[in-house]
Amino acid sequence: MSTNNLSYSDQGGTDSAVEVGQETTPTSSNAGAGFGLFSVDFKKNEDLKEMLESNKESLKLEAMKRVVGLIAKGKNASELFPAVVKNVASKNIELKKLVYVYLVRYAEEQQDLALLSISTFQRALKDPNQLIRASALRVLSSIRVPIIVPIMMLAIKEAASDMSPYVRKTSAHAIQKLYSLDQDQKELLIEVIEKLLKDKSTLVAGSVVMAFEEVCPDRIDLIHKNYRKLCNLLVDVEEWGQVVIISMLTRYARTQFTNPWKEAYILAFYESDEEKTRDETEAKPYMMDPDHRLLLRNTKPLLQSRNTAVVMSVAQLYWHLAPKNEVSIITKSLVRLLRSHREVQYIVLQNIATMSIQRKGMFEPYMKSFYVRSTDATHIKSLKLEILTSLANEANISTILREFQTYVKSQDKQFAAGTIQAIGRCATNISEVTDTCLNGLVLLLSNRDETVVAESVVVIRKLLQIQPTQHSDIIKHMAQLFDNITVPMARASILWLMGEYCERVPKIAPDVLRKMAKSFTSEEDIVKLQTVNLAAKLYLTNSKQTKLLTQYILNLGKYDQNYDIRDRTRFIRQLIVPNDKNGALSKYAHRILLAPKPAPVLESAYKDRDRYQLGTLSHTINTKASGYLELSDWPAVAPDQSVRNVEVIEPTGKSKPAKSSDDKFYSDSGEEEEEKGSGSSSSEDGSSSSSEESGSDAESHVQKNSSQSSEESDKSSSQSEKSSSESDSEKKERKTKTPLQKKTVKPTAKDRYHTIMEHRAGPTSPKQHTKTIFVNVINQHSVLQTFSYSHWSTLCVSLFTQLCPLSLAFPLQVSGPAFVPEKSHDLLHRMTGKGLSAQYQFPRQPCLYQPTMVSVQISLTNTTDHPLEQIHIGDRSPTGLNMHCFNTIECLEPEASVTVFMGIDFNDSTQAANFQLCTKEDHFSVSIQPAIGELLLPITMTELDFRKEKGKLLGMNESSATITMAAENMTSQPISRPVATVANLGVVPSSQGNVHRFAGKTASSRAVVLVTVELRESSTALITINTEKSVMGSMLLRDLKLALAQA
Amino acid sequence: MIHSLFLVNSSGDIFLEKHWKSVVSRSVCDYFFEAQERASEPENVPPVIPTPHHYLISVLRHRIYFVAVIQSEVPPLFVIEFLHRVVDTFQDYFGVCTEAAIKDNVVVVYELLEEMLDNGFPLATESNILKELIKPPTILRTVVNTITGSTNVGEQLPTGQLSVVPWRRTGVKYTNNEAYFDVVEEIDAIIDKSGSTITAEIQGVIDACVKLTGMPDLTLSFMNPRLLDDVSFHPCVRFKRWEAERILSFIPPDGNFRLLSYHVSSQNLVAIPVYVKHNITFREGSSQGRFELTLGPKQTMGKGVEAVLVSSQLPRGVLNTNLNPTQGTYTFDPVTKLLSWDVGKINPQKLPSLKGSMSLQAGASKPDENPTINIQFKIQQSALSGLKVNRLDMYGEKYKPFKGIKYMTKAGKFQIATR
Repeated sequence: MSTNNLSYSDQGGTDSAVEVGQETTPTSSNAGAGFGLFSVDFKKNEDLKEMLESNKESLKLEAMKRVVGLIAKGKNASELFPAVVKNVASKNIELKKLVYVYLVRYAEEQQDLALLSISTFQRALKDPNQLIRASALRVLSSIRVPIIVPIMMLAIKEAASDMSPYVRKTSAHAIQKLYSLDQDQKELLIEVIEKLLKDKSTLVAGSVVMAFEEVCPDRIDLIHKNYRKLCNLLVDVEEWGQVVIISMLTRYARTQFTNPWKEAYILAFYESDEEKTRDETEAKPYMMDPDHRLLLRNTKPLLQSRNTAVVMSVAQLYWHLAPKNEVSIITKSLVRLLRSHREVQYIVLQNIATMSIQRKGMFEPYMKSFYVRSTDATHIKSLKLEILTSLANEANISTILREFQTYVKSQDKQFAAGTIQAIGRCATNISEVTDTCLNGLVLLLSNRDETVVAESVVVIRKLLQIQPTQHSDIIKHMAQLFDNITVPMARASILWLMGEYCERVPKIAPDVLRKMAKSFTSEEDIVKLQTVNLAAKLYLTNSKQTKLLTQYILNLGKYDQNYDIRDRTRFIRQLIVPNDKNGALSKYAHRILLAPKPAPVLESAYKDRDRYQLGTLSHTINTKASGYLELSDWPAVAPDQSVRNVEVIEPTGKSKPAKSSDDKFYSDSGEEEEEKGSGSSSSEDGSSSSSEESGSDAESHVQKNSSQSSEESDKSSSQSEKSSSESDSEKKERKTKTPLQKKTVKPTAKDRYHTIMEHRAGPTSPKQHTKTIFVNVINQHSVLQTFSYSHWSTLCVSLFTQLCPLSLAFPLQVSGPAFVPEKSHDLLHRMTGKGLSAQYQFPRQPCLYQPTMVSVQISLTNTTDHPLEQIHIGDRSPTGLNMHCFNTIECLEPEASVTVFMGIDFNDSTQAANFQLCTKEDHFSVSIQPAIGELLLPITMTELDFRKEKGKLLGMNESSATITMAAENMTSQPISRPVATVANLGVVPSSQGNVHRFAGKTASSRAVVLVTVELRESSTALITINTEKSVMGSMLLRDLKLALAQA
Repeated sequence: MIHSLFLVNSSGDIFLEKHWKSVVSRSVCDYFFEAQERASEPENVPPVIPTPHHYLISVLRHRIYFVAVIQSEVPPLFVIEFLHRVVDTFQDYFGVCTEAAIKDNVVVVYELLEEMLDNGFPLATESNILKELIKPPTILRTVVNTITGSTNVGEQLPTGQLSVVPWRRTGVKYTNNEAYFDVVEEIDAIIDKSGSTITAEIQGVIDACVKLTGMPDLTLSFMNPRLLDDVSFHPCVRFKRWEAERILSFIPPDGNFRLLSYHVSSQNLVAIPVYVKHNITFREGSSQGRFELTLGPKQTMGKGVEAVLVSSQLPRGVLNTNLNPTQGTYTFDPVTKLLSWDVGKINPQKLPSLKGSMSLQAGASKPDENPTINIQFKIQQSALSGLKVNRLDMYGEKYKPFKGIKYMTKAGKFQIATR
């Protein structure tokens, strides 16, 4: 996007807003607002439109709040789109956010209009504030308009290499959004994912793994190199990211490691054959892959997480990956989760139910935790029953049955019925208690509650079917109860039992049939069907007594209203009654009707749930949810382990030249730390930083170190590379005494330091790349500023104004710095700082923390070989010194450097700020002394304003001097350079060629400082400084004299 | 991940909806309403409901259903935990989480939901971070905002978001530096009719209110850390240190937070602090039933048992009750059959009792359900498990903070079977 385009669309937006603002007077829209609350929808929206188009911020905000209220209620507010979208560039951050909310909601419906807002986001993507960059990307990627896919793609790629991890995290989220919008971008997105997977930041890890799972879960090869890093980072990742990473690693591990459960089988198998045992177990004992172990070890502490989802995901990881004897450590934590909310209990209990079927022992000690309370919700109760049933064994069955007895009396009848089924299952599983259970169930038959009785009958029927021989008295008892039982299912069950075992109760069965014949017409269908069945069976076994009864019942059935019963009657009649026509089938009637039937298997509903990964949605609903990823079986042979080894990327070998220098900086230091963490790969990698001792390839080491260590190393600039490589070579000599013949110069440390300083302080190009975003931003500013010098009048309302809005009526507007010197000053030398070195420089930015402060950028570098912890600022003097410290740096890895920002209020004096820079062990007193020029902030004003201001500051406020200019400073263009180098001043456009004006104000007291340089003949110049701070004025004059007069 | 969120009140109206991806029609909630109708109690609505194209995962808090719409596989606990976190945040911001409070603050709610999720994936759930992004509404701030035109929305990325201690914001300043810790234990128990304990376990939490300047580093040690059978920590606690030394070492978040929750296992003998003598009988054929209940303190380590509340669900056959409490007041709701007796404090010299008769439905046979008695109580100044904090030290800052520790025992799910 060209600058012109942006400014054009922006201008258009403001224009129309101004027009509308003129049309509506604020008073009328105010009244409208009050009225609108009670008016109907249509009118209300008209109202809102007016408010949105007014020029009062508060009205707009009020309107947006009401629009959001509409969206929240699900009302349609889409016709306001044009009015709302105009406010997208608002300065009011709350208004802006609400507009974002609106945009994301309606952009899909109003694609054309939504495009109007895109340029604003593109601009915001370059904002120095990371929150603004991130939220711009968030909204841009949430606007589901296919046309902008390329723009989104570009923005994601850029954000993926942003300096701020927060922005990178946002880009990981944006990947998923773009993917759901346009699946064709998959390949490009995978590249971004690959890059982000390498990210070291804990903030990014969870989100990028989420993107990975969504976009390319099958690209397991992308994980290899990052596996160990992810394992090591896991504890520090935010909790939601942990869940996603753990479930991804579970899948990964199932494809990469061998089965840890096999061990037991192998041993058991070979025990019979002793000779072989020795051979085989010695030859091929199960060895857990160290990476497998690493995963188990690093996830274990997370069982203590307060987040139930994290605990559950660790539990499922152990369940699916850990050796059998280690799984039980998850028990305690899972039981703890049962104290949580009802919904959490539900899910956890479901998973425990599945686990307890396979491994009773795990939860048996905690059996009492599954006792049902009367206050539990019904589905919780039935899950607990399920688990108790699974846990039942010979030892604890009596306790469990006693507990069940109380449940049967529960007022929740559904639950009582569930308990009876559970008793039935216990009775079949544990043969010792079958009789006890049956007797207990028979007692329940006299219960007053129908559901209980019915359920008991059904369960008894199932139990009897399993062992029918010795229970004729129970069948008799049930026949006695038959008259009192009204629940159809129970009646049907009894009838079926009678028919099935009619030979055992030869006297009772015909009598029951007789009763049924009487009441047949008033029975439920299911009972009628069983009556017909009973009649048929009795006819076959005892036709003498029941022939007439059967005929009667079959006749009744023939004219029943239900066609099912009519069909069944017809079928039975043909089958059992001897008939001339089709007697063929009746021969087999006995075998058909009285075939031995297999006993029903009473088993858990959770029996087959283990085919789904635990803790997943699919497991909960017991069907495959969309997007469910199968857990693969263990591979028979482990794939190559070495794929997970991480090589250090050597700059000499530059395998990927396309990568930016930023990136490399990160990945290098990251891998080093990781090697330390995992401790397993360093030997194979061979070329980690510790291998300097080998000294075999001095040149490559030097170069490699240069890329890793120096805080502002810039590979593109040969100068700085040389300097840092020198410092490295020196360090190496000191440490390892490796002779470096190539280096002819062997200056002392101090000398070398000066060399570095010279390189840095030298007039390098302003476009030199440095490592921090802030400097990048500053560079952008300075570029812009130089740009504006030439086209000041036309383009002063261009892009830059977007960042710090500028109105010409107000003369004291702070502008961006005209020039930022690259010069950095030594704050703490690494010799005095025991390896910690610090440098500071003035970025010449208005301080973010407090306007009166001067911002200072500090680069800290760890030149030791061990990490420095807790770098922070300690005591300061003078004690009243107002300064904003940087956040404590928890850990600075060896060779790593970090850039932090401070704000110091120097109170417009050049008195040094003294403070202590502390690490965990040491305190170093340091001081920052600012040059007078750094205490100023540039302001922009017109020549007219300049003159006016200068007129106010005459007499004792003016100091001037005549100097002889150096020859090269005589032409007009370069004169702004040395002035800007000395002092942070803004250039005032001048109509006279030989007079140059600069304006600024002091940071602390906001006093105006005006500098005029008037070039005269014979290379002399008059410097005039007007300011009410006369001391500062004279000091500045002295500095300027030096700068301009020097040869 | 989370596609949309609907808030449904107890009468089945959707009063707020929020979408993080493309809009899902609110008609998807019909499946939820169906399940709601089928459920006898509000709690019985299943937390996970599959529909043809979506999955609905809901939590019920403060009589509001928070229904999340999911489109593809996601760990259900992930969603449930997040929804509870949303409720906690609302409660934190508005004091209560009711329909009225949410409706009144709908803009803040929307801003919060916007910050908490990006594309359905949690972005910021730490209350300290959220409060820097969106300031909680207070009357004072509302007034100030209307006058000055400033906003409730932070312009900078919260410092915590990037730091290694995301739960703490930087630049905290207090004139009075204080740190309070409340050790609160809840005892869950099931007691059978004869008064013997079936299960009893203690769940404890340490809630902290820390208002300390700067970046304090605290350590908290216990006299008897072995008691803690199973613990879960706030992320600020250094786990390694706990493993090695059984000392809690942490940089605390600013304000209120739950430092630790723990479990004292049922293997340890748990002292039951109260006993109940009961005699609830129904005679066959008579329309009267007898009801007698006496409470007394058992092992309370000399501390008084306060705020005792007895409640019991009487059988459906009971029409009304005629009872006399020796202290406190009792109510009986003839519709829900819920008896509740607000006892107050137990005086060991004069034990509180509730005696009288119940009138039963004439002609009905005697009820065979067993009413269970649920008891709530509080014991101040004592942690039932005997857990004691040994000392609290602060490092990293120079001032001397004021430290306070309070103990309390409460009844959790304490229930007594009568038959």
